[in-house]
Amino acid sequence: MGYVAVKGGTKAIQASVDMYKNKKYIPGMEISAEHVKANMNQLINQVMSEASLYDRELASHAIKQAEGNMEEAVFLLRAHRSTLPRLYYSTVTNTREMFVERRVSASFKDIPGGQILGASPDFTHRLLDDSVTYGSEETEGDIPPDYNYELNNLPKVIDYLESEGLFTKEPEDNSTPDDITKRSIEFPSSRSERLQSLTRGQTGAVTSLGYVEIRGYGYSSHPNIGEVRVGQQPVHIDPAGDGDAYYIGDVELTEVEAFMPADEAETAGERAHEKTFKIGYGLTFGQNETKTIAMSVLDYSLSHPAEASPTADDEFVLLHIDSVESTGFISHLKLPHYVTFQSVLDRVRQTKGGRD
Amino acid sequence: MKQNYAFLDENSKKEIRRKTLKAIAIPGYQVPFASRELPIARGWGTGGLQLTLSLVGQSDTVKVIDQGSDESVNAVNIRKLIQDTTDVQDTIYTDAATLIQSRHRIPEVPLKPYQILVLQVPLPEPLRPVEPSERITKMLHADREYSGAWLRLFEQIMKYGSITDDADYPVLVNGRYVMAPSPIPRFDNPKMENNDGLILLGAGREKKIYAVPPYTKVTPLAFEDYPFEVESFDGITCRESGLTGVYMDELVNEETGETYYVTNDTSYMLEEMNKEGSVR
Amino acid sequence: MKQKENITLSVKNVSKLYGDGCAYCAETDAVLDKNVCPECRTVHACRDVSFDLHSGEILGIVGESGSGKSTLMKMLYFDQEASRGSYHISDYDTSQSNVFGLSSQAKRQIRNEILGMVYQNPVYGLEMDFSSMSNIAEKLIAAGSRNVGEMTGTGDHFLDKVNIPLNRKFDPPINFSGGMQQRVQIAKALSNYPPVLLLDEVTTGLDLSVQADVLELIKEIQREMGISMVVVSHDLAIIRMLCDRTMVMLNGEVIEAGITDQILEDPQHAYTQQLVYSIL
Repeated sequence: MGYVAVKGGTKAIQASVDMYKNKKYIPGMEISAEHVKANMNQLINQVMSEASLYDRELASHAIKQAEGNMEEAVFLLRAHRSTLPRLYYSTVTNTREMFVERRVSASFKDIPGGQILGASPDFTHRLLDDSVTYGSEETEGDIPPDYNYELNNLPKVIDYLESEGLFTKEPEDNSTPDDITKRSIEFPSSRSERLQSLTRGQTGAVTSLGYVEIRGYGYSSHPNIGEVRVGQQPVHIDPAGDGDAYYIGDVELTEVEAFMPADEAETAGERAHEKTFKIGYGLTFGQNETKTIAMSVLDYSLSHPAEASPTADDEFVLLHIDSVESTGFISHLKLPHYVTFQSVLDRVRQTKGGRD
Repeated sequence: MKQNYAFLDENSKKEIRRKTLKAIAIPGYQVPFASRELPIARGWGTGGLQLTLSLVGQSDTVKVIDQGSDESVNAVNIRKLIQDTTDVQDTIYTDAATLIQSRHRIPEVPLKPYQILVLQVPLPEPLRPVEPSERITKMLHADREYSGAWLRLFEQIMKYGSITDDADYPVLVNGRYVMAPSPIPRFDNPKMENNDGLILLGAGREKKIYAVPPYTKVTPLAFEDYPFEVESFDGITCRESGLTGVYMDELVNEETGETYYVTNDTSYMLEEMNKEGSVR
Repeated sequence: MKQKENITLSVKNVSKLYGDGCAYCAETDAVLDKNVCPECRTVHACRDVSFDLHSGEILGIVGESGSGKSTLMKMLYFDQEASRGSYHISDYDTSQSNVFGLSSQAKRQIRNEILGMVYQNPVYGLEMDFSSMSNIAEKLIAAGSRNVGEMTGTGDHFLDKVNIPLNRKFDPPINFSGGMQQRVQIAKALSNYPPVLLLDEVTTGLDLSVQADVLELIKEIQREMGISMVVVSHDLAIIRMLCDRTMVMLNGEVIEAGITDQILEDPQHAYTQQLVYSIL
């Protein structure tokens, strides 16, 4: 064997990985995943939601390992998810049992149970402040002595609309959702496929398309936020399937119910003469209020498609909002394409009358 | 953290194998599958890699190539993941491999009956350039309605005087399904026709698996008077090995500015150069 | 029964409903509120329409918008599904099957090989960005042609026939005037010599002089090629120029049918009388 294979690629990759790892930390400044968990709560919420994996410890590890890069952190968790066996589905979860930490309604000043502002940056002034420190103790809002509601059993705004005959609830559907991680979405999509896809969508992409829908290429008007809720939701499993369910823990959720004034269901040939409210629904892991509102807008637009609106096209929306998919495909463009480019050159030269 | 053999959990691998069997049973038909996220990025070979990981056993010998080379950075990276999670043998010699994962090339050495070639696919839908909607392309395949794909080629002839599709040139499989052969050069399309090995194609991001079983008819779309043409390397000789009639990389000598060519399939070139009585 | 052998299309009791219908409107003589059932609000866009199209004749369908004439046309070309009724085509299987019940693949075959369609809006009938030649080839490709030279030959012939200057044959229809676009559509519809041509409001929206050109062209084609045609129009003047026999539709139903001259001279139904007087 006179000639031997060159090992250039192996060496180059090793050197690149070494450089990447070595430049990472300044000695003494390295933070632990525990630090991330303690300080970067909102980042963790976003990563868990896009990764569709609820685990604050793992999300903190992922954020640290990814140097705070969102797409990388989500990617790490998604890849980890692929290695885990899927043992159980939770039983049907009723968000009426959510232990509410924050809930606001944009529709009514006085809602049964009251507006609960909770912890939120909404009304802070966004002034850069280099003296920010974190509170050492958790401050808890005082519950007024005459407050007659239980926080894990708050009435919902939709109940009021329904009692007034302004909104007709969808019939309850507790059938097993189509699990998009076990079977790829088929079009036209089912609502369960849409909701799963939206909830794990990239925050920026979901927000951006939700904005498209209400700004001018779809519904083109305000939805009314009936209720944004953030709270702890108990989750149960029923391994034997005999109704004897076990409590396995709480997950923090953000839930949005948005109302859109729309025409009463049309019977064919007859124009609707009444208006009613239709609902858009959003639910995400962790506190992700903007994304969840945008999700509710897109749930509405995809369930009540308007003609020629891109945000009413389930393929357009659902196939392009996944962080791992879009960032992966875009970034693959930097991989070598020598072979295909040679083929392109051949065709371009052909149109110019052959190789010169 | 502890890793599974071949990374994925066993149920996921089973699902992928079931879908692979279906793909083999319906040559050229894109079988949807759930498609797991892997530790390499979507678009970087996760479709091919899921096939490889679901198939690779302890007795396999694996070869991974990208752009015709075992040493291309992406090939190295994928091979490393396979080895780190399985410890199987690897090789650069095409004949010695039982499982070959490749991006953008079919090796110059013809496949053997004991071999599986796994091709990485970015865009599995050959009708996508004429129809953006998945719902509709599915119906077009069901109806065998391929006028759009042909019309695209016809329009190229009207516009440029020749067909200008480059790599990933559409083929008709077994007289039934129009298929994207993955971005292999047209030069490699004829290697799919009636070949001895099994060719599997995996698109991770688009969540499709499809197959060309051994001894299947694979015909590039073309017209009677505008026949299918492969990339021309007429009169070109590999500067390293003296080989002709193989797919070449076009390179430029930095000093003289002169264009020269080198065999793209590096392991094939190496084997040829080491043969008794080779050109060099 | 010599007559019967000459029947190219036979349509019996065809209905198109939007809504579920009810016991009331299921009765054939039920009185509707225009075309809407007063009980269940189902829209009867077409109600029990029957006719035969004889070989080589031009049948006119006239009516106002909402009369169901365009819906009928769309069902004939399978752009819409019929709710009930039968449709037999002699050139398909000597009128054996009710073609409404065929697979979508078989329906496409009928569209591609037996029917030609010219839409009111060229956007539905043409690829506006493809060359005019490719637009004609589309129909030929769909019908199985794989020879570029033969197709461009046919394209030249028909573009010339519809008076498109051949130096513009590679231009896309988007660059053409409305009249020219309509003529490209006609050339496309004719290109594989279909036995039946469907024309839906083809001159609506064109200038009067251009209208006259297109109508003259249609008559000439019918004389030369002997194609059977169904012509839909809201304009009785156009029907009078082109059609041997005429059906008048109102609110989804055929209210009058017969020889065109007879209808013009002695209209029976009040609505037809109104139509006839309006063009006198």
